[in-house]
Amino acid sequence: MFIDKLELLALTPPGWGSVLLHGLANSLAVAGGGYCLGLLIGIFGAFGKLYGGPVIRDLLACYTTIIRAVPELVLIVLLFYAGSDIVNHVLQAFGASPVDINGMAAGIGVIGIVQGAYSTEVLRGAIKAIPPGQIEAGRSYGMDPLLLLRHITLPAMLPYAIPGLSNLWLIATKDTALLAVVGFTELTMATRQAGAATREYFLFFIAGGLLYLAVTLLSNAGIRILERKASVGLPDVG
Amino acid sequence: MNIWLKPHRIVLLLMALALVVYAGLSMQWDWVPRYSGLLLHGIWMTIALLITTCALGFLLAVPLGLFQVTGPKPLAFACRGFCTAIRGTPLLLQLWLIYFGLGSLFPQFPEIMDSFLWPYLRQAWPYALLSLTLSFAGYEGEVMRGAFAGVPAGELEAAHAYGMKRMTVLRRIWLPRAILRALPTLNGEVVLQLKSTPLVATITVVESYAVTSTIRQETFIIYEPLLLISLIYMVLTAISVVIFSYFEKKVPVHDV
Repeated sequence: MFIDKLELLALTPPGWGSVLLHGLANSLAVAGGGYCLGLLIGIFGAFGKLYGGPVIRDLLACYTTIIRAVPELVLIVLLFYAGSDIVNHVLQAFGASPVDINGMAAGIGVIGIVQGAYSTEVLRGAIKAIPPGQIEAGRSYGMDPLLLLRHITLPAMLPYAIPGLSNLWLIATKDTALLAVVGFTELTMATRQAGAATREYFLFFIAGGLLYLAVTLLSNAGIRILERKASVGLPDVG
Repeated sequence: MNIWLKPHRIVLLLMALALVVYAGLSMQWDWVPRYSGLLLHGIWMTIALLITTCALGFLLAVPLGLFQVTGPKPLAFACRGFCTAIRGTPLLLQLWLIYFGLGSLFPQFPEIMDSFLWPYLRQAWPYALLSLTLSFAGYEGEVMRGAFAGVPAGELEAAHAYGMKRMTVLRRIWLPRAILRALPTLNGEVVLQLKSTPLVATITVVESYAVTSTIRQETFIIYEPLLLISLIYMVLTAISVVIFSYFEKKVPVHDV
């Protein structure tokens, strides 16, 4: 009886497999885009927190504190509506007609802003963990700040940042599920639609869960390789 | 000098104050008194869900961590698999699996429909409670595994040398030491759990976020209820941080 039901997972209709895989692709695209955007925000945020003036530091402290204290679901709903509204207000101000923001772009923006707060903290910690002598040595060689960043700070902080950053990647893949609440068809939403159409909720949620689990386990394997590569030449601290 | 009285902070505070006054005057807040009863009920539900699921989840996490460290192979493997599955899938999916999945399976068994549990199983909150508890247990079980494994072997050997039985060692030395080691991370886990509670609104449990959605649907006001609920969650997070730092100061942490 259960074996018959597995046919519902087939890739061609009446199977729902391709719907699930399409949802998975959407999830991964939003997670990847949001993660990169978050990393970008994080790099600027970390440098602002460490080397910025008092006003920038206070504003960044507000940003990271607020984002980390409010539930992701509330932030996603709030930013999803506010983001589309703001874009349309700006467009109208320039005389353009309002557009329908596509779910993917809005999702990437929202996940990026949320991830940015967390990566700011991770990167700030990692930069602070670099032995100060290394940065001083770079300065005394007369490196300008950008060269210093490219040759010393970023590579030297990487081993300290990788555990935190890989954790953030795993969180990003799971946070995309929250976009289901605002109607974006990522994996969780696709799973629910398939379940509702066939009345086989149990089967489809297990299948969706296995897909998420596969992403996590594959990511973990990749992270381990990355960790080994980044920590070459560092004392093993276990 | 007081940290709030530096010149740039005064300017920032004044700007923040201006923003709050502007929001108070230009936005629409007349719905707050009408819905205050419902809001308080929602906040109370959030807090109740948070405390029960954290407490139950922690009780479940202790054996989950312990079995992973010392249990027989199959049991250790099962506990490890559970923690990996919980931590590797989104909570929303787990919640929907339990609510829609189990919910659609139950009616197929007449024994369940005839049992005294059925009136409860037709409501949404038991599924929310179960899902949030399992989630907390999964994350905290991993922490407890590390905590149990990290208790210095010498302390356990010393206990054995005093002739304590295995259960006595666990009760007097291993468990208290492991819990002490896990304490510093507990606050973070509880805040994460607080931020997970609004998900149960998607299965019709009425907590603070669900109340916000109701208000938004009934009044057609988009942003104000969401801003208010954000503020409420920030206050709840702050309260949790204050409570935990109070207890952390009370607990003697020499070398954990």
